Amino acid sequence: MSIDEMKFIDPHVHMVSRTTDDYEAMRQAGVVAVIEPAFWLGQPRTDASSMLDYFSMIVGWERFRAEQFGVRHYCTIGLNAKEANNEQLAEDVMELLPRFANKEGVVAIGEIGYDDMTDLEEKYFHLQLELAKKMDKLVLIHTPHRNKKQGTSRSMDLCEEHGLDPSRVIVDHNNEETVEEVLDRGYWTAFTIYPGTKMGNERMVDIVKQYGTERIFVDSAADWGKSDPLGVPKTAQLMLDRGISKEDVQIVCYQNALDAYKQSGQMKEEDWLDRPLIDQSKTYGGNTVLRGGSKPFIEKEHPDEDDIIIE
Amino acid sequence: MANSQQQINFSTLRSTIHTWLENRLSSEALTWITETSEKLEMGTEDWEFFASFSGVPQKTGKELLELSEQEGKQAENLRRGWQPEHWSVDQLGRTYLVLSIANKGKDDFLDILEKTFISSDMNEAIALYQSLPVLPHPEDLTKRAAEGIRSNITSVFNAVALRNPYPADFMDDGAWNQVVLKALFVESPLYLIDGIDRRANEKLAGMLADYAHERWAADRSVSPELWRPVGPFAKGDTIDDLKKVLTHDDELQQQAAVLALSASPSDQAQALLDEHPETVDKVKEAGIDWNTIGVRFNKK
Repeated sequence: MSIDEMKFIDPHVHMVSRTTDDYEAMRQAGVVAVIEPAFWLGQPRTDASSMLDYFSMIVGWERFRAEQFGVRHYCTIGLNAKEANNEQLAEDVMELLPRFANKEGVVAIGEIGYDDMTDLEEKYFHLQLELAKKMDKLVLIHTPHRNKKQGTSRSMDLCEEHGLDPSRVIVDHNNEETVEEVLDRGYWTAFTIYPGTKMGNERMVDIVKQYGTERIFVDSAADWGKSDPLGVPKTAQLMLDRGISKEDVQIVCYQNALDAYKQSGQMKEEDWLDRPLIDQSKTYGGNTVLRGGSKPFIEKEHPDEDDIIIE
Repeated sequence: MANSQQQINFSTLRSTIHTWLENRLSSEALTWITETSEKLEMGTEDWEFFASFSGVPQKTGKELLELSEQEGKQAENLRRGWQPEHWSVDQLGRTYLVLSIANKGKDDFLDILEKTFISSDMNEAIALYQSLPVLPHPEDLTKRAAEGIRSNITSVFNAVALRNPYPADFMDDGAWNQVVLKALFVESPLYLIDGIDRRANEKLAGMLADYAHERWAADRSVSPELWRPVGPFAKGDTIDDLKKVLTHDDELQQQAAVLALSASPSDQAQALLDEHPETVDKVKEAGIDWNTIGVRFNKK
């Protein structure tokens, strides 16, 4: 199996901020499925109806858009930590969550957790864990940028307080400092290849060499910032180049994400293996995403190492 | 506008749907939907409706209903023009749950329905728009139906526009004309639009002829189906347009022109047909009608 035949899942990517060129590039690079966690948009929302439209968008239009490019799209629904600090907004959004949490293709409550670790963040973190328990949903935890180590430990404490099984919780944005504890406590341990702020993929190679592949997986968290929607396939390439076996690469860039999220009952491999061919007439007819033709993405046959390193 | 809706017997409708489900669901899924429906009917918190409405396909699967001929007749008798033959079992199940809350007061029902619409995913939107002709208070749903027509998602548009008697029965001319025009624009077949002939009107005929000119000017092809609602209002310049269609290389175009001209009350139309007796005879002999043209064109 060469990398050209490998399949990837990007289990954390904010496609609403990306272009159709990104979808095309992702598909060409082997990304068959993506998960879009509900998050903030850079500009704070001031009213729950903005969030309502956003949730509708990630279960509706964005899913349709992805399908047009042969990428299967799933999402998670939740109130992010940053906006939990607007109490009125948070209260109203809590009312909305049950309207969305049980929809097809919604694989978890998330991404939830801490940002500044305020009292309000903690309050809505608790309430959403309770909702996940009540509705029998998986949970995706966003660990904070600042005070990461403590925030990660505390997030897992909260999950356990609510009686959640660690095998049904994904802890994301890990690094060298958090990996050991998260693995030891039995959680899915995700790493985000995001230039500058989170993991670089050379460091990721070392993590896999040191900790192996069990419960570890990789995502891009690409969004409106300077980020890379090809984070997963590029990291896979770098792992192969640096001597990690194809089997192991497949586990951390595909299989573990699938195993974690298929527990939701809302995501299964057949969804993309049995995918109908992209319907060109649907794609080009009238008022769709492709207005007046588009240039195909041409992937380099043998990318140079410089092209695939994300620092 | 024909208000065939008011004759719907909702209790018969619900029991009929239940029988159809009974013949298709596992006993586990049937029990779930029966009990859920009873619970909803008695009144529950709103979120329980939303969660169970969303959860239907996971319980029922998504097999096509493939109604028998007998069942198809039942559907037609319950609501003229209703065509659930093309639905899947989860869509029918979702409709069943929506009908379970129909006994709420009108305002409450419409409020929950609208909330379900605005937070719907694609499959939910399709199920909801398809069910418009069998929902209570249809006269209050015209804005919602028009919103479905504005959808960028072809399958959602089709759920309102095709095989659905709602638009012809309830939409005003302005909204109706958009249904037809947009169907052409997104390349959806006109012959599947219920009431396409009944709701033909002069304004629409003009808009369609303009659209044909726009396509020709851009050197793009024009669907032969476009001329179907034009025919009964064709006169003057439109006869010249149809002359162009009648002498087109493509046989389907010629056939469409014959049918459109035959529907025109204008003498010019008749004169033009008389000039092309061979083409006219071929259409007559082969028993060509708009549906055969529609089927053939959309197979291409």
